[in-house]
Amino acid sequence: MILAQTRTYTTGSGPGPGPSSSSVLEYLAPCPDQVLENVLENVLWFLTSRKDRNAASLVCRSWYRVEALTRSDLFIGNCYAVSPKRATSRFTRIRSVTLKGRPRFADFNLMPPNWGAHLAPWVSAMALTYPWLEKVHLKRMSVTDDDLALLAESFSGFKELVLVCCDGFGTSGLAIVASRCRQLKVLDLIESEVSDDDVDWISYFPDTGTCLESLIFDCVECPIDFDALERLVANSPSLKKLRLNRHVSMGQLHRLMVQAPRLTHLGTGSFSPSEDVAQGEQGPDYVSAFAACKSIVCLSGFREIIPDYLPAINPVCANLTSLNFSYANVSAEHLKPIISNCHKLQIFWVLDSICDEGLQAVAATCKELRELRVFPFEAREDIEGPVSEVGLQAVSEGCRKLESILYFCQRMTNAAVVAMSKNCPDLVVFRLCIMGRHRPDHVTGEPMDEGFGAIVMNCKKLTRLAVSGLLTDRAFAYIGKYGKIVRTLSVAFAGDSDMGLKYVLEGCPRLQKLEIRDSPFGDAALLSGLHHYYNMRFLWMSACNLSNQGCQQIAQALPRLVVEVIKHEDNLDMDENVDTLYMYRSLEGPRDDVPRFVSIL
Amino acid sequence: MERSMAYESDLNLKATELRLGLPGSDEPEKPSTTPSVRSNKRASPEISEESRSKGSSCVSSKVESGERDSAPPAKEQVVGWPPIRSYRKNCLRAKKNDQVDGAGMYVKVSVDGAPYLRKIDLQVYKSYPELLETLENMFKLTIGEYSEKEGYNGSDFAPTYEDKDGDWMLVGDVPWDMFISSCKRLRIMKGSEARGLSC
Repeated sequence: MILAQTRTYTTGSGPGPGPSSSSVLEYLAPCPDQVLENVLENVLWFLTSRKDRNAASLVCRSWYRVEALTRSDLFIGNCYAVSPKRATSRFTRIRSVTLKGRPRFADFNLMPPNWGAHLAPWVSAMALTYPWLEKVHLKRMSVTDDDLALLAESFSGFKELVLVCCDGFGTSGLAIVASRCRQLKVLDLIESEVSDDDVDWISYFPDTGTCLESLIFDCVECPIDFDALERLVANSPSLKKLRLNRHVSMGQLHRLMVQAPRLTHLGTGSFSPSEDVAQGEQGPDYVSAFAACKSIVCLSGFREIIPDYLPAINPVCANLTSLNFSYANVSAEHLKPIISNCHKLQIFWVLDSICDEGLQAVAATCKELRELRVFPFEAREDIEGPVSEVGLQAVSEGCRKLESILYFCQRMTNAAVVAMSKNCPDLVVFRLCIMGRHRPDHVTGEPMDEGFGAIVMNCKKLTRLAVSGLLTDRAFAYIGKYGKIVRTLSVAFAGDSDMGLKYVLEGCPRLQKLEIRDSPFGDAALLSGLHHYYNMRFLWMSACNLSNQGCQQIAQALPRLVVEVIKHEDNLDMDENVDTLYMYRSLEGPRDDVPRFVSIL
Repeated sequence: MERSMAYESDLNLKATELRLGLPGSDEPEKPSTTPSVRSNKRASPEISEESRSKGSSCVSSKVESGERDSAPPAKEQVVGWPPIRSYRKNCLRAKKNDQVDGAGMYVKVSVDGAPYLRKIDLQVYKSYPELLETLENMFKLTIGEYSEKEGYNGSDFAPTYEDKDGDWMLVGDVPWDMFISSCKRLRIMKGSEARGLSC
């Protein structure tokens, strides 16, 4: 805090002494407002929570200004809600940017490609205004190789690049990042689509050594040069997280593990031997390799697993907090000996190939489990399905600390869902996907209303909910009545009438993200949410009963809402029915990169 | 509470029918006892539907009519359901394929009356029409069009396959993915035996 300085008063924005044009050497106590602002600046540096910062910025203009100067992490939940120019003008000292683009339903081919969410305008703006940018986290954005090149060139201290569910770039873009970002600590590619440009990007990392702490490339489908990777790992003494793609065989994995025994997070690649290992030949000692990696707490990969090799991971099981078997077709029999050692497990992703029996084994051992995701090996509606209410019930009884669950199944009962609502009061995320559309409780034949009703009623911390199965408006009445802190709701093939959506829009004051498909909600229901849409990040409704007229009404009533009507590529005639509505609040009005299949009302 | 299905007035074909797409709500009344995938062997999908479909992932779905009570669009694939990302689907599909026969899925093809067998890689094909066309070219014969009721009526030849259970099935009855994962070998039957199948 500066107590004496030469200062020229300028016109202030707050109350206080009026402007003075003379420079005054000030030995007296500085003006109270300047003191306050300095104090504020020093204090606000410590404020990290976005919510707190947003609140602070609303106090008065002075606080607004100081908050903007002291914010270092910029989070933009919808890249179209604000323009790069506006964001970079307000916040001038940003070190880390998080941007989210496409809506989640685009992941399931519900949106034609090339809808938008381009990184280009953002990276151009940031290249000019944030020379000290260190971190970029993107989700569902379209990123080109040129964008990556600009990023690599513009930010000399760049440290962290995380791309989740992104596309549009290839190995040539990665090569540029690898070679130019000399301070790079984190390069995480998670479920992104990376095109194969025939570039050996791993070899572009500097030979002299890197600062890499995390290298995640399990989603990269292109083969890599293993020797280059081995050199890279040897040259990266800080490397803690390494997730390999499926082109890395077990033998290669072994060599890497020997080089990097201090890893904490390991993605094991294919977890099967390469072609040229003869049957019965004495392979490397995998068990010792795992035993040597005493710090491993997170294990994933197993992309082409030969289950016989699974026991190799036994030495690390006791310390594991996170285990991802969701690409491994493992049976209950294979799982049980492994999972029975995983007492500390908190996060478990798995395929339903383990069956209800496997889930029972999980429930018996993993008392610390916080997050469970059960994915379907066969994602279709017309089969029996290996997991059911039996597995869910077992998990609810064994894993009382459960906070987040994603469960795909073919059949379910209300009773099991109700049981979970009572046994797992800490649930924050409950996502149940009964894959057969409109499927009722398979024991009672009743709709699944009561089960989901119990979830919203009993789980007082619930903020994210995804519903499925046969659901009447009653289910939505429950959600509207009890889901007071629900922020994200996903609905598919559910409800009877407009009332369903009305209950939710009128009853859930914290609702931020609402995505609905194939449900009978029409214009009247849409209009009932007028009071709330400015408080939401977005609303998605596809294959519902909306008309152009209804959407027009919304657009006219709420000028700060961008109302996009998305047509399917093969159905570009402007008829009255709206295929897909995607609307979101925005300070900028209609975006200028609209593809031809989108009209903004 | 059940949706009324337009098919129910038929000879209950709906109960045994399997669309190439994803059927849905008729499932609950159907007591499927077998835990395996092959509970729908006797179904009759729409091959012609598949040949019309526009390409792997972006088959556009008709707007599923909002009212639950009306029948779903006939035998359309439902885009994006269940909600699994295509990356995951592709990884697991590759895995399912690998389960059958390692790298490449070569199966023997015999034709009644031909002196020697051939082998084809099923993974190369994306649909029944493609496969049948190849067989027709390979053996210089006409198999004709599949229909759910009459098989390959009007043709001297009927393509059949041996599945994991060891049973001989008519090619085209089950969805392509299911066929791929269960087909062990192919046999193109000829003559009266073939015609017998189409009844």
